[in-house]
Amino acid sequence: MKVGLFVTCLVDLVRPGIGFAALGLLEGAGCEVVVPEAQTCCGQPGYNSGAREVSQALARKVLAEFRDCDYVVAPSGSCSGQVKVHYVDDLFRDAPERAEFERLAARWYELSDFLVNVLKIESLPGRIEGEVTYHDSCAGLREIGIKAQPRELLKRAGARIHEMNECEKCCGFGGTFSVKLGDISTRMAANKCANIRATGVKTIAGGDLGCLLNIEGRLRREGDMETRVVHYAELISTDKHG
Amino acid sequence: MQVQSMFFKRTASEKLNDALLQRNMANLKSKFVDGRARAITEIEDWEEIRTHAAALRDRTIANLDAYLVEFERNATRRGARVHWAQTAADACRIAVEIAQANGVRKVTKSKSMVSEEVNLNERLEEAGIQVVETDLGEYILQLAQEPPSHIVAPAIHKSKEQVADLFEAAHHKPRSTDIPALTQEAREALREHFLTADMGISGANFVIAETGTTLTVTNEGNADMVTTVPRIHCVITGIEKVIPTLEDFATLIRLLPRSAIGQGIANYLTLTTGVKGEGDLDGPEQTHVILVDAGRTRLVGSDMQAMLRCIRCGACMNHCPVYQNVGGHAYGWVYPGPMGSVLTPVYVGIENAGDLPNAATFCGECQVVCPVKIPLPDLMRKLREQQFETKQRPFGERLALNAWAFMARRPRLYAAFTRIASRIGAWMGGRDKLIHSLPGIDGWTKGRDMPAPAGKTFRELYRERRPSPQPSRKGEGA
Repeated sequence: MKVGLFVTCLVDLVRPGIGFAALGLLEGAGCEVVVPEAQTCCGQPGYNSGAREVSQALARKVLAEFRDCDYVVAPSGSCSGQVKVHYVDDLFRDAPERAEFERLAARWYELSDFLVNVLKIESLPGRIEGEVTYHDSCAGLREIGIKAQPRELLKRAGARIHEMNECEKCCGFGGTFSVKLGDISTRMAANKCANIRATGVKTIAGGDLGCLLNIEGRLRREGDMETRVVHYAELISTDKHG
Repeated sequence: MQVQSMFFKRTASEKLNDALLQRNMANLKSKFVDGRARAITEIEDWEEIRTHAAALRDRTIANLDAYLVEFERNATRRGARVHWAQTAADACRIAVEIAQANGVRKVTKSKSMVSEEVNLNERLEEAGIQVVETDLGEYILQLAQEPPSHIVAPAIHKSKEQVADLFEAAHHKPRSTDIPALTQEAREALREHFLTADMGISGANFVIAETGTTLTVTNEGNADMVTTVPRIHCVITGIEKVIPTLEDFATLIRLLPRSAIGQGIANYLTLTTGVKGEGDLDGPEQTHVILVDAGRTRLVGSDMQAMLRCIRCGACMNHCPVYQNVGGHAYGWVYPGPMGSVLTPVYVGIENAGDLPNAATFCGECQVVCPVKIPLPDLMRKLREQQFETKQRPFGERLALNAWAFMARRPRLYAAFTRIASRIGAWMGGRDKLIHSLPGIDGWTKGRDMPAPAGKTFRELYRERRPSPQPSRKGEGA
């Protein structure tokens, strides 16, 4: 089974460890993983800023890079939503390439969804001690239905999930929104941090690095240097390189 | 009202620091969000009804001309007069003319967002006509001389203490903060107006083509007083409110109060058809229906057409994390929240709407709760496309976006850039691996740190760890 790993631009630049955790999990489960070196970005930042043509160009680039994979896996719900929903329903809705993008979308999985529902893996290398609270990222949750899968993995790795209030509420990241309307974005992050703090849990996990940077950035600014903000892949994998 | 949407960003920041507003807005969640969540569980096939309603609205909009003419025919048959207003100014002119032709000196109004949209109160007052808002929220705001901040709960931004102050000044009675007492005070003040008004003006939640009926959905019963007691009843509403049949109303009413306020049914559903008939004890001698276009027909056939499905329940704003935090006034025009971020640019011009299409994280909650499945994030994104294509975004933002786009399509350049960025970022992060300020994007660092990059990109590390020339390697477990 040839699985393409779409690293995502944020993971590549800011926290490569998430990419290696994903790689380790996939290889550990017996997948032949390819990581096309020319990959950059799914185009979402441009798409959501109104730069439609650029996002179409980047979508074609993604398609070309992963065309010959049986599956493509990304450690991100929002990039996966971009590919599975927006490429097909919007960017190439009336284009001749639509069928090709539909095929790409059908083979494309968010990491936890792939591990739970395709590979159906039972045992995980990582052992988690104690409680984890989980933030549902919006695009993963509402566009492609990522909700139970990461929790399932965390539980299988030994974690107890302690849900926070409003775990499905947006953290305020929203891509370029976080910079364009920084004050509102910060308030939303602060609300999220208050809900995290109320749990008393010292590990907050999520599935999208953008949200995690936003949450961690706010926690640290509020003086919390202790709470760990991690991608669930980092917790369930033993591969902590990078 | 005057469009202030271009100041959204600044006003929103002020609202975030308005402690009283922040406290008052907390009611929104407990009342409307939790209420809706409970109410929709009463209906087993909620999602199917949404789908059905969306299709019903689409079909109606696609045949808007035919249904509107059918409505006119049937309303006229029952003695009403239908007026067509192409612009906001036309709508006001027609209403003022009706009032003047009948010597109207006092008007009672039940809630109408379209009347806010066209500035009807101002025009009537300019013509020397007294206007009394009778919806409790609207009455409060008329005393406060403020526009509504929500389309269903116009005074949601006010506390009972603020209302008590307003009532004390207006009614000259001892100040009370007891809500039933305040409501009673408003009733007493309004009673006289109900009985002495020459004309009642109402909006319409729907307009039914097959019967020529206009109808209002309210909780206070004031609409009944407005539509029944005065000798003239004037309805002002948007042309998109038309629905084909009473049966369709039965469908939509299952969705509307549940989505809006978490109620299975509103306290009053007031259906008004024609004028007072022979033998009727109550009812107006004249009924006028002003059907307002004011930009709506422009949406038909455009990529914004889905917005015309809107049944004005307010669920999108109730659930919007941006609206929840900044309130409705920040949006700067009549319609706030996600639906307003679409309607404002399309009705008053995108060049006057400033940041509104960008006032969303695209979290998608609005689309999930919309009873008629309007893809609000998609519509906002299309508006962003218009702004980008016509260079309506700030220069710095466009420059950054274009630079990113240029590099993202050139993998080698991109790799070189990210390599440098990762190192600079790691250096900036220092020992605690946190960047405290980023020149140029202080929107982030004003209230948050930026966790620093690792110093090397995934791409680099992957090459180091997997030095083989071929891009792939057999997994260890295979």
